[in-house]
Amino acid sequence: MTTAAAPSPFPEALKNAFVTALIALGLAAPMMGLVTVQVGGDLGLEPHCPRVAIAVALVFVGRLILNLTIWRPGRVKKVTAISPKTERLLSKTARYLAPAAVAFAIILPFLPGVGRGQIDLGILVLTYVMLGWGLNIVVGLAGLLDLGYVAFYAVGAYSYALLAQNFGFSFWLCLPLAGILAALWGVMLGFPVLRLRGDYLAIVTLAFGEIIRLVLLNWQWFTGGPNGIGGIPKPSFFGIDFKTGPDGFAATFGLTFSPLHRIIFMYYLILALALITNYFVIRLRRLPIGRAWEALREDEIACRSLGVNTVNTKLTAFALGAMFAGFAGSFFATRQGFISPESFVFMESALILAIVVLGGMGSQFGVAVAALLMIGGFEWFREFQDYRLIIFGLVMVLIMVWRPRGLVSSRSPSVFLKEKKAISGSLVQEGHG
Amino acid sequence: MTTPPADAPKLPDDTLLRVEHLTMRFGGLTAVDDVSFDVKRGDITALIGPNGAGKTTVFNCVTGFYKPTVGRLTLNGAGGRGWLLERLRDHQISRLAGVARTFQNIRLFGGMTALENLLVAQHAPLMKASGMTVLGVLGLGGFNKAEAAAIEKAKAWLERIGLIDRADDPAADLPYGDQRRLEIARAMCTDPVLLCLDEPAAGLNPRESGDLNALLRSIRKEDGVAVLLIEHDMSVVMEISDHVVVLDYGKKISDGTPQAVREDPKVIAAYLGVEDEEVEAVEREIEGAQA
Repeated sequence: MTTAAAPSPFPEALKNAFVTALIALGLAAPMMGLVTVQVGGDLGLEPHCPRVAIAVALVFVGRLILNLTIWRPGRVKKVTAISPKTERLLSKTARYLAPAAVAFAIILPFLPGVGRGQIDLGILVLTYVMLGWGLNIVVGLAGLLDLGYVAFYAVGAYSYALLAQNFGFSFWLCLPLAGILAALWGVMLGFPVLRLRGDYLAIVTLAFGEIIRLVLLNWQWFTGGPNGIGGIPKPSFFGIDFKTGPDGFAATFGLTFSPLHRIIFMYYLILALALITNYFVIRLRRLPIGRAWEALREDEIACRSLGVNTVNTKLTAFALGAMFAGFAGSFFATRQGFISPESFVFMESALILAIVVLGGMGSQFGVAVAALLMIGGFEWFREFQDYRLIIFGLVMVLIMVWRPRGLVSSRSPSVFLKEKKAISGSLVQEGHG
Repeated sequence: MTTPPADAPKLPDDTLLRVEHLTMRFGGLTAVDDVSFDVKRGDITALIGPNGAGKTTVFNCVTGFYKPTVGRLTLNGAGGRGWLLERLRDHQISRLAGVARTFQNIRLFGGMTALENLLVAQHAPLMKASGMTVLGVLGLGGFNKAEAAAIEKAKAWLERIGLIDRADDPAADLPYGDQRRLEIARAMCTDPVLLCLDEPAAGLNPRESGDLNALLRSIRKEDGVAVLLIEHDMSVVMEISDHVVVLDYGKKISDGTPQAVREDPKVIAAYLGVEDEEVEAVEREIEGAQA
């Protein structure tokens, strides 16, 4: 091909496009070309040739154009990775963006044009921000790939629901209890998986998540099984209920009663919980335990040679990560007023993990942005109905192509002597377990 | 944490580590076979031998990465406290007994800065100062003071190895020779009594190799830390070590001063192969036995 002075890429591109079109034909023929129809009482197949033809033609033409333009041989490839300069700019803006985002979150309920729907969405996004920040400890900092994080979310939710229903405990008492119980389960999961790494750890945590869900589903007399638990009490404003009576929230503060008060209160509650989580995680990162987590992610053997107790370090990561999921879980229970195992499926774990990975492992700000994109975007795409998941998947693929190590891929050192330099993500080990 | 046993035998005061009948088997393979030697306090002891002689295995036993099949490793710790290393868990060997190590293939925390690397090495005391994290999270207790002290110590070490200007750079960005020295500084930040170095001069150019020798001498002199090192570079071994132990096929074949070891016919045979006349002598013996 290189023998000619100026080799024409056309024949090669045509051949390639033809092969691609053949593959498309193989895929489209059964998937798009055959439609099941009811013929009398039987199920029949009806061929739809034009659809297949259009699909194959589109693939052929598209591939040909790509081959002649972007994928042309000898075309100088632009570096896809972001230059260190842009990277620095991004992390610098992130520093100002984060307080701005917090300020925005605080005034959101009082902005004009913000109604119940927006506040509800805000609550949902903040719940996932909190879950993402919690999982960030386990996956982002300690580098332990946890695919069953939703189990701790479930433990927190059921803890609150059961404690409130059976013993009449208030939300404010249940919140720490739920966190402690979830942390205990975190330790319980942590013990058997201490020696596992990478894929094996992922499989065991995945199984753990499913076990918890199946137990909740089948332990009928205790958890209500598939019927779930309903009528979970709502939290009060430090003892003052949100109700219409004279001792209700509105009357006490001289406001006219509005059901929105409770929603706004819930919004601030989850905002406060999320910010507390954030504070803890940032604080933990600067403590020896946080540094040990990151060191563990970088090199476990070196950690052991330096006197770091890897067993305790891993268990602490599991326990603290689970604790924040427990808090978020009990918030979830009180917001919904009804929980069932349906809410704690694997998809949730995958979603939270996707938020952490997309945000950039270890970056608090990135996780928050990713949660907003994923959850907010998912709601926004609702208009596209059936195509929602396809668009969603496509957007995720594009983001991962554009920024393979997440939105904020640089690591900021926990301590510095003269100057805090962002560490390029390519030097930082990813969580392989 | 299990309390380590305190029934270690008493060693002479000048002996820091005594390795007795150390044997390590991996299935059918005997990597180390009945090796015994002493490491004297304040000495630089070199462990040498051809490839596959079992040097790194001895190291891994001493530093707790392997549990020896047979043998006793007694460390005469600070304050005359004896430790049986084979009974301690790996992180206890560093924390309690004070044995630090580096690795043949450098194992720095590449995505963390040089300074952070040295702070991870001070994990145990800092952890205590942060009240096992609980007080540290709330900003209570003497954690800030302890951290400032830890940073001072790290700074002193960075100055000693000439990396103070690169304190805030990720370790993976440093040149190879600097990484070697940083790994040694990191091991020293754990306040060891015995520093084990696995081929510290591997891949260094002559100048870096010279810097390393100076650093090891200053560690012995100023910090009073004994050094046990594996080395292939004979110039390093002969120049800085006080005591050389030679292994071949898992067995100890020689043990003594560098001068004595260099002239030991067994060592020469192991390194250079046996001379022709000896081969002929063996062949004659075999023929004689067959006849």
